[in-house]
Amino acid sequence: MVFRTFAFGLVTAIPLALAGAATTDAYELVIPSLDYRTGPYAPNGIPVANGFADYMTLLNERDGGINGTPIKLVACETAYNTQQGVECYENTKGTEPSGALVYNPLSTGITYQLIPKAEVDQIPILSMGYGRTSAANGSVFPYIFNFPATYWDQASVFIKYIGEQEGGMDALKGKKIALVYHNSAYGKEPIRTLEELSKKHGFEFLALPVDHPGQEQKATWLQIRREQPDWVMMWGWGVMNQVAIKEAASIRFPMDRFIGVWWSGSENDVVPTGADANGYKSGTFHAPGSDFPLHADIKTHVYDKGKGAGEEGRIGEVLYNRGVIQAVYVTEAIRKAMDIHGTNEVRGVHVRDGLEALDLTEDRLAELGLPAFTIPVAITCANHTGPGKVALQQWDAEAQKWSLISDFMEADREVVDALIKEDSEAYAKENNITPRECPSS
Amino acid sequence: MFYREVGDFKTSYAADQAIFPIRQDRWFMAILLVVAFVVVPFGVNDYWANAILVPFLVYSLAVIGLNILTGYCGQVSLGTGGFMAVGAYATYKLTTAFPELNFVVVLLMSGFITAGVGVLFGLPSLRIKGFYLAVATLAAQFFLIWLFNKVGWFYNYNATGQITMPTRELFGIAVTGAGTSPVVKYLFCLTIVALFAWVAKNLVRGRFGRTWMAIRDMDIAAELIGVRPLFAKLSAFAVSSFYVGLAGALHFSVWFGAIEVTEAYSINVSFLVLFMVIIGGLGSILGSFLGAAFLVLMPILLKNFMTEGLGMLAVTAKHTEILLMGVLIIFFLIVEPHGFARLWQIAKEKLRLWPFPY
Repeated sequence: MVFRTFAFGLVTAIPLALAGAATTDAYELVIPSLDYRTGPYAPNGIPVANGFADYMTLLNERDGGINGTPIKLVACETAYNTQQGVECYENTKGTEPSGALVYNPLSTGITYQLIPKAEVDQIPILSMGYGRTSAANGSVFPYIFNFPATYWDQASVFIKYIGEQEGGMDALKGKKIALVYHNSAYGKEPIRTLEELSKKHGFEFLALPVDHPGQEQKATWLQIRREQPDWVMMWGWGVMNQVAIKEAASIRFPMDRFIGVWWSGSENDVVPTGADANGYKSGTFHAPGSDFPLHADIKTHVYDKGKGAGEEGRIGEVLYNRGVIQAVYVTEAIRKAMDIHGTNEVRGVHVRDGLEALDLTEDRLAELGLPAFTIPVAITCANHTGPGKVALQQWDAEAQKWSLISDFMEADREVVDALIKEDSEAYAKENNITPRECPSS
Repeated sequence: MFYREVGDFKTSYAADQAIFPIRQDRWFMAILLVVAFVVVPFGVNDYWANAILVPFLVYSLAVIGLNILTGYCGQVSLGTGGFMAVGAYATYKLTTAFPELNFVVVLLMSGFITAGVGVLFGLPSLRIKGFYLAVATLAAQFFLIWLFNKVGWFYNYNATGQITMPTRELFGIAVTGAGTSPVVKYLFCLTIVALFAWVAKNLVRGRFGRTWMAIRDMDIAAELIGVRPLFAKLSAFAVSSFYVGLAGALHFSVWFGAIEVTEAYSINVSFLVLFMVIIGGLGSILGSFLGAAFLVLMPILLKNFMTEGLGMLAVTAKHTEILLMGVLIIFFLIVEPHGFARLWQIAKEKLRLWPFPY
């Protein structure tokens, strides 16, 4: 009997499950959102996804979409897993009516999967500050964008900042700088840059891997205690960040000499350590906080109508704001694409042109309700990273607040550009790509 | 009434030893193969190939491999992920070092390299048994992943430690790389899986399979009747690893195209394949396919049903899916602890008597 009901259920479920989503007549802009609200990295994935979704809802509610064309946000759960990410991509890329316009994979592993597919399917990818750094070279990677800055820019800015703190780049000679990194493609990204910089400035560089998911770091921090580095940098994600900050506190490593990448600098990472996390620093490319006009708009148009994706009290967290700025980049690129092609019915290939012509000025950011929130971004055919500038923020445990402590600093272009050129050319050669010609500007 | 062996006379030894002694089974198999090779390719798009069919085929191959070792020879292994990684990295190293080499040759060589590694890690099985062997193979899992992540030579010293599959062609048609058509991917995997499933089915029916099963059922008794444990166990490790390595090679080259070893071949993969073996049925080639189908297809089916059919939020659907998968696994293991293969067998026995059960 049980079997019969089950078999019946299965037979009726299959056709239902296979019948695709119903199509509508009106044109909508399909923006897939590859979320990870489950799995080991969910605490970080949730605020990013909320910020992204809230901004899209805001545009739909307040302006009726982008230039009057509504946005259809298609969420798909990846659990930060590459296999599920690919399934999501294949499942959502053809969504009616516009087809997916742009992907934000939000995972280095998924980004690497999608890089070769992007050009075939003609859907651009915005891996905002993560993914493959050498995708900055737009002539080799026409469909991949990684503005506003890459990990290599960031590594170089950190060294510059450390140099400033020590009293000049020459003072770096003989210093010891350690990198605690997630032992994966993501964590390994900055190593080559740091090695180059260590040669250039004469500091000693120490790379200490931490295996996924990063809950076990005792050995790593014992090593740090023994080696006594002057500065520690971290490329971590998820629970690894919290554990590292706790371990650093427990060996009494000075927090103001501990700098995390911009994925290691959110409220989630520092709050569990309490007062001991005071003074911890991290990179960022946008301001923290919820006192921008845009946040007020989100509260009125989204949360007051009960359409918010998360809790109202968490608006303005670092990762929430990151989701917002990602949504701003995406929607502004779509707006640009509409301008260029003179139609509201854009598709992925048009949005690529929009991303490549993106020019997000300070004035435009202020218009959007984000004055002095981030640096202006201008993308060109050859340069898909844009400004490549990074600022540092610091955690105040007492006020429970992040605040910016530096200007947006420029990376060591000489070192970083050479590495980007080398790596992208190697990729082009390995995959038989002839780099396209870009007009010199 | 329709499914019976009555009237199906065997007039030669060959007929008596056929894989499918019942005519209806032969017909069923023939129709299945025709559908899989001829009909399905017309309906394959990117989604079906990359998210459903190729994953199913690749995991089936890995499950057959582990089933040979665990189901037929009784040696528990938790090193499947590690051995898949060996297959993937062997493919990568061979194909980047010798770009001219035929891709099928690369795949087979990767299989043989994995077989070699498998034999090496199978050596402890001569001394240790059961859970203790599982721990020894667990060591293989962690050691191999650590090795591929640590030693730059394996990933050609690139910046990120990821390996990427370049485009390779067969008869002028791309079978790997981003531009591969979904139909080609599917047919390529299907051909390999069908061929090697047939080889496996025959291996386990022959002398090899019988020595493995003798060792599984009682190794001391097997030794007394003249089965050499060294040969039996190590051949099981070799054949099993060959299959798992081949699955890893396809997993990397045809399915994903780019792999990060710590994520793609972690301990979770080892467990997943082991669960597929257990749910499908220990010691059954059919069960390998059923187990892989259940654990690969069921989550996707549930997810699509819940998000598109019922309109649930993606995250709620995910949580419900995790829950339902657990419930379903428990349900099936209570109903039939010997797996789907045994369920299928019972169904067939019932069918033979139907409609007059006595």
